[in-house]
This record gives sequence, structure tokens and C-alpha cells, in this order.
Amino acid sequence: MKALSQKRRHPLAAIALLLMGLLLTGGLYAVATTVNQAKAETTTYSASDTEEGKKLFEANCATCHGMGASGTKDGPSLVGVGAAAVDFQVGTGRMPMQMNGPQAQKKPLQFNEDQTHQLSAYVASLGAGPAIPEEHLLDEKGDAAEGGELFRVNCAMCHNAAAAGGALTRGKFAPALADVSGKHIYEAMATGPQNMPVFNDANISPEGKRNIVTFLKKIEANGSPGGADLGSLGPVSEGLFVWVAGLGVIIAFTIWLTSRSS
Amino acid sequence: MSASSTADAPFVAKTKVGRFTDFVDERVGGSGILREFGRKVFPDHWSFMFGEVALYSFVILLMSGTFLTFFFDPSMAETHYQGSYTPLYNVEMSVAYNSSLNISFDVRGGLFFRQVHHWAALLFVASLGVHMLRVFFTGAFRKPREMNWVVGGVLLILAMAAGFTGYSLPDDLLSGNGLRIIDGVIKSIPVIGTYISFFLFGGEFPGTAIIGRLYVLHILLVPALILLMIVIHLFMVVVHKHTQYPGPGRNDGNVVGYPLGPVYAAKAGGFFFIVFGVVALMAAAFTINPIWNYGPYDPSPVSAGTQPDWYIGFVDGALRLMPGVVNDFHFEYVVFGHTLTLNVLLPALVPAGIIFTVLFTYPWIERWITKDNREHHVLDRPRNAPTRTAIGVAGFTWYCVMWAAAGSDLIATHFHVALNDVTYWLRALFFIGPVIAFVVTKRVALALQRKDREIALHGRETGRIVRLPHGEFIEVHAPLDDYKQYKLVGFESPAPLPAEPNEHGVVTRKEKRRAALSKWFFEDRVAPATPAEVEAAHGHGHHEAIEGADQKSLSH
Repeated sequence: MKALSQKRRHPLAAIALLLMGLLLTGGLYAVATTVNQAKAETTTYSASDTEEGKKLFEANCATCHGMGASGTKDGPSLVGVGAAAVDFQVGTGRMPMQMNGPQAQKKPLQFNEDQTHQLSAYVASLGAGPAIPEEHLLDEKGDAAEGGELFRVNCAMCHNAAAAGGALTRGKFAPALADVSGKHIYEAMATGPQNMPVFNDANISPEGKRNIVTFLKKIEANGSPGGADLGSLGPVSEGLFVWVAGLGVIIAFTIWLTSRSS
Repeated sequence: MSASSTADAPFVAKTKVGRFTDFVDERVGGSGILREFGRKVFPDHWSFMFGEVALYSFVILLMSGTFLTFFFDPSMAETHYQGSYTPLYNVEMSVAYNSSLNISFDVRGGLFFRQVHHWAALLFVASLGVHMLRVFFTGAFRKPREMNWVVGGVLLILAMAAGFTGYSLPDDLLSGNGLRIIDGVIKSIPVIGTYISFFLFGGEFPGTAIIGRLYVLHILLVPALILLMIVIHLFMVVVHKHTQYPGPGRNDGNVVGYPLGPVYAAKAGGFFFIVFGVVALMAAAFTINPIWNYGPYDPSPVSAGTQPDWYIGFVDGALRLMPGVVNDFHFEYVVFGHTLTLNVLLPALVPAGIIFTVLFTYPWIERWITKDNREHHVLDRPRNAPTRTAIGVAGFTWYCVMWAAAGSDLIATHFHVALNDVTYWLRALFFIGPVIAFVVTKRVALALQRKDREIALHGRETGRIVRLPHGEFIEVHAPLDDYKQYKLVGFESPAPLPAEPNEHGVVTRKEKRRAALSKWFFEDRVAPATPAEVEAAHGHGHHEAIEGADQKSLSH
């Protein structure tokens, strides 16, 4: 101990301390960021999947994402985004991107299930990343109430409490979540597509994500107990409705009531 | 009845029912009241019925609200939901929200009544607003009805207060967000803001007192004040009698219409059920304020698409339009260690302040400008008061810009435009929209007046083209019947009133200002066709139709 305290004024002490600090934070960061990958790559991809995926990638994606998915000025590198990102972006039709804009829009699928699987396999082979969620996480049998709380705290500020979607800045938007499959919802949380933040497994546990999916599917299946939901858009659509339909019908009645006499 | 009840021979009814009613009548004087009110004449026009719609909506609100009080518990104590809506099962929430959910899912007819109450509230304020617009644009606020106009304005504010206090009661996420905004606005008031906020919420927001306090305001104080104002309002309607649209035989000394009893009373009673029916239909088929979607209030989450009900929307819109920083100019200062946030204070209070100040003082402003001290019981057609109509439309446009801003996020998502662009455009319209609306409205009103004058002078176009012997084609104009003709010529078109000296023979500066405003108010005017002009034009037309030959002046 004495030797250590004597060496604290050594010219290299500061450097040693710096190195220790960097190693510690770097190590912690590495642990934190690999939380998502703890269960990565449980889906097995055959070598031919990866091979076919590579061909598809080079023909359809490399223009923007570069050969070997290393990225160009038009598209980011895909090394380490994982199979989940590919499955979400390609599986919802967002990729290949229709045009440059504030964010990629949904459109009819360009690749079938097998091709999407092959592309996922190829990108997953480039570096570890979030994998496609396992079946048991998508069984929609979690705790809906718990999922609802997580949704309100983490998602509702952009997606609306009833998951009807909402506006973001400069033409970006958070889409409505009705009709989105549980798998894609899960993958979106895990990978943070477009302007969405990543909710990794340390942030919302796989069980929490399962609950959120359960909640969303439950309110979707529940429908609207109070009658037509007017888009679940809140007071704006209600106000519009009372002015146009409510007052409109009443004006029609007032005209009818006063039409005979004058 | 009255003929038989002479002093020497007391009237005795023949039947049992007759004797009973006579007994009551002798003690409460019902027949006198009925005679007076039953003969009250009301003119018939659809636009006169919005006040009635508001009144009926209020009655519906009282009835449905009473039902809701049986089941609502305004406590903010914490509980865990055990009701039948599973997506919220066992979630921690306030007793108030819990009871609102129980009303929605576990009380028979509860959800229906909640929706009746809420739809009726929206309709109440909407019909009140439309009623006020009708009164403004037809000039019904003029002497002797200025004070009743003010009572109406107070009713509008009370209606907004009733709506807002009610909106906050379920203690769901949406209403809590609304309260948070109100709390922010209150705290932005210099010096006293924080004290008011702490007083209102019983400590730091949200506290545990606010729902109970709002509940007392919502079910006791505000409705009592509304009822009082309605009584004053209707009493003044009876005293002033109802206004009427211009027409043959109608003047400021009479009211042409139907007596209240029996047909009108029956119609009005039936109309109540129509309004109730429309509200009930909306409540049955369309959901409103689905509180189960929003979850319990918690100060941390905010949902996208969080807006107030429509009548508070313009304040929310103004808040959304206010920039935080313009280039390097900040709107937030620290004065003596206290923060002064003008970017909350200005948009929250100034536009609403301007709107209500102008609304309350407008009858006196116009009266001062026009020096018109006569009683008016015959309404103006909006086109015949172009400047007033233009002022009204400009104000309404201003309101609508702020109103639209409250839905800026939904405009952005539904029309696929950028939220920032929507805000920029609405900011521009906030300043230039009213100006454009004023100019356009005034020009449209004047153009309509010119069209009226043209029709009054030359009759309506029949579409019948006649070829004259010398080859010219003319369209035959048919004269209007006297009733329609009266509508087009029977109005006042005041000329600007120049500055006049006062009793000391001095033209004051104030009077000069008034004269300048009078010029602005009346300088663009289309005078109604005088009988002489009509006569001349008709003679001309007659001449033209019969003879038609070799006259240079034929073509117009």
C-alpha cells in the first residue's frame, strides 16, 4: 500500500488513471449495449440463407447502404443493426425506401417472406445485433395493464395514448399502431427505426415488451366500448363532430320547424 | 273567464277540476301570468333558435349531471382498479378516476349518461357561440339590448368554466395534462401566480385537493351562476321583446310573429325533445372522451394529441403558436430573482383578453361611433352593415386561426404536411388573417348590396332573351313582388357623421377621433334604392319592354 501511495505523484500516474477510467466506462458501456444481444441469434440461418441474402442485398440495397453494408452518404452502415431491424424495415415495406424524405413510409412489400429472411440472415451475419423476437414473446398473453402503464410512460407521447399516432417535427410522425403485427411492434422497440428511440432490453425488458404488445393487441381487439371512436384523436375530432354533425342536424331541424309559418 | 268573475256574483266553476284550478288560480294568479306570457309574440326564424338550443342543452346537462353525481366520487385517494375493464385491471389510480371508470363500465347506463353529458356540454357552448354570432351579425345587441349582450358574454365565460371544471374531474391522463397547462399559465402570472397556484391546488401541483374543489365548482357554484344568468337573460328578453328581421309591416314599434301559446309553446317543447334526441343519438353511437384510453393521471406521461375541449382550444392554440425565441430575442426574463415567462403569459391571457374585452364593449363602441341612441327592434341583414360584419368576420377568423392551431399536430398528420410549416403558416395568419378577412368581407357585403340595389331597380333576371326588331338582344327583367322588394330597399344606410361641436361650441379631440372612425365605418356605402329611383327605373323598364324600338338607352 505504501508503494502505491508513493507512486501517486509518478509522471505516468495520470495516464494510468485515465486508462483505468476509460477501461471501466468502456467495459460498462459494452455490457450495457450488449444487453439486447444476450439472446441474439437464436434463430438459425443456414449458409445458403446468408449467401442468397448477400445477393439480394447487393442487387437491391447496396446502392445506398454500400457493398458489405458499410454505409454511404445516402444510407447508414447496417453492421450490427441485427436481423430484427431488417425484418422490420423490409417486412413492413419501409425498405427499400420509396424516396428520400423526413422518414421512410410504409408501402406494399417488395420482398416475400423467404427473401426477407435471407436478407435478415445476411445482415445478422455482419455483426451481432437484436434478433427477431422469439414466439413466446409475441403470444399476446402478457399483462395488459402492466403493458398499458409502460406504453403511457414510454410511447404515448408520440404514438398517442390510444395508439392512434401523432405528429413529430418537420414532417416526421409516429404512425398509428392498429394493424401492426406484434412482431413488428417488438422489433421497432428493439431497433428504433426512423425517429424512434431504441428501447433495449435494459430499458424495457423482453417481458415488458411482451406486455406492451399484449396491451396494444388487447385494446385493438376490444374496439371502442362507447360507439364509433372518431379516430381516437381526442377532443379535436369530438369538437369537429359536434360542430358539423350535431349542430348541422339541429340547424336542419330549426329550418324545418320554422319553414311553414313564414 | 274574466267576464264572469265580477265582484257581485263570485265565479263558481261547474266541474270538480274547474273548482280545483280556480282555487289554485285565486291564490297564485296563474291565469294572469299565462295570459301575459301566452300572448307574448315571437317572430319565426331558424336563426332565432340557437339560444333555445343552448337552454335545452343546459337542461340536459342538469339532468344527466345529476345522474352522474350519484356515482362519482371526487376523492384523490389512491386505489387499485378492480372493475371490469381488463387493460387497466389492478392499476393504481385515484378514487375519482376509479369511479369514472365504474360509471363507464359497471353502472347500468352510466357510459351512455357520461356521453350524453359530454356531448351536451360541447353542444351547449357551440350553440351559445352560434347564438352570439347571430346576435352580433344582425345587430341585435343595439339599444335596448346592450346589457343582455353582456349577460350573454358572461354566460359564455361561465359555460367555458363549467366545461373546463368538468373536463378535469375524471382525473385521467388527458384532463390532468389540461390542468397542468392551466397550472403553468397561472404560475406565469407575475408576483401572485405562484401563490394562486398553491392556493388553488392546496400545495404543489397536482396535490390531493384539486378534484374535490373543481367538483364543488362544477356541480354547485358554476351551474347556479349559469342558472341565475339565464333567468336574467330571459327576463330581459321578455322586457325587451324579441327582435325581428326586416319585412313589410315590421318596425321598431311592433313584433310580428306568433303568440307563445299554444302553438309556439308546443313547438318549443317539442324542440326540446328534438335536441335531447339528437344528443342521445350522438351519445349512443359516438364515443366521447374515452377515459379508459388515457389511463390514470400521472404527472410524467403526456399523450400525443392532447387537446382541451373545443371551447378552450383557442387558448391552447395561442400557446402553441407562441415562439419561445425569435432570432436572438428571448421572451423569458429573470426579474429580481423571479422568472417572468412572457412566452406563456402573453399567449395565454392576451388573445382571450382582447376577444372578451372587444366582445363586452362592442355595443358601446359602435354606439359611440355612430351616435345612434335609438331603440332597434328590427335587425340588420349582415350585408347592410358592411363594416360591422367585416369586424365580426375578422374577429372570428382570428379566433379560428388560434382554434386551428390547437389541432396543429392533427392537421400535420392528416394532411401530410410538416408540423413546423403548419405553425409558421398559422403564425402568419394570426396577424394577416383578420386583415384579409376584414377587407374581403366588407367587399363581399358591399357587392351583395349593389346586387340587391340592382335587383330592386331593374327586377330579377328571367333568363328570357328577346330579340328586338332592330336586331338587338335583351334579357327581360321581371319586377319583384312587394314583399321581396321591401326586403331589398327597406334598410338604413347611415352616412359618415362629421365631428360636431359640444355644448360649449368646441370640437374636442375625442370627437374628431369619433368622426374619423365614423368615416371609416360608413364611408363605403351603398344607399338603398329610393322610391323615386325605383319608379324611374321601372318606368324605364316598362317603356323598354313595350316599345323597345330605336332607343339608344336600351342597352344596359
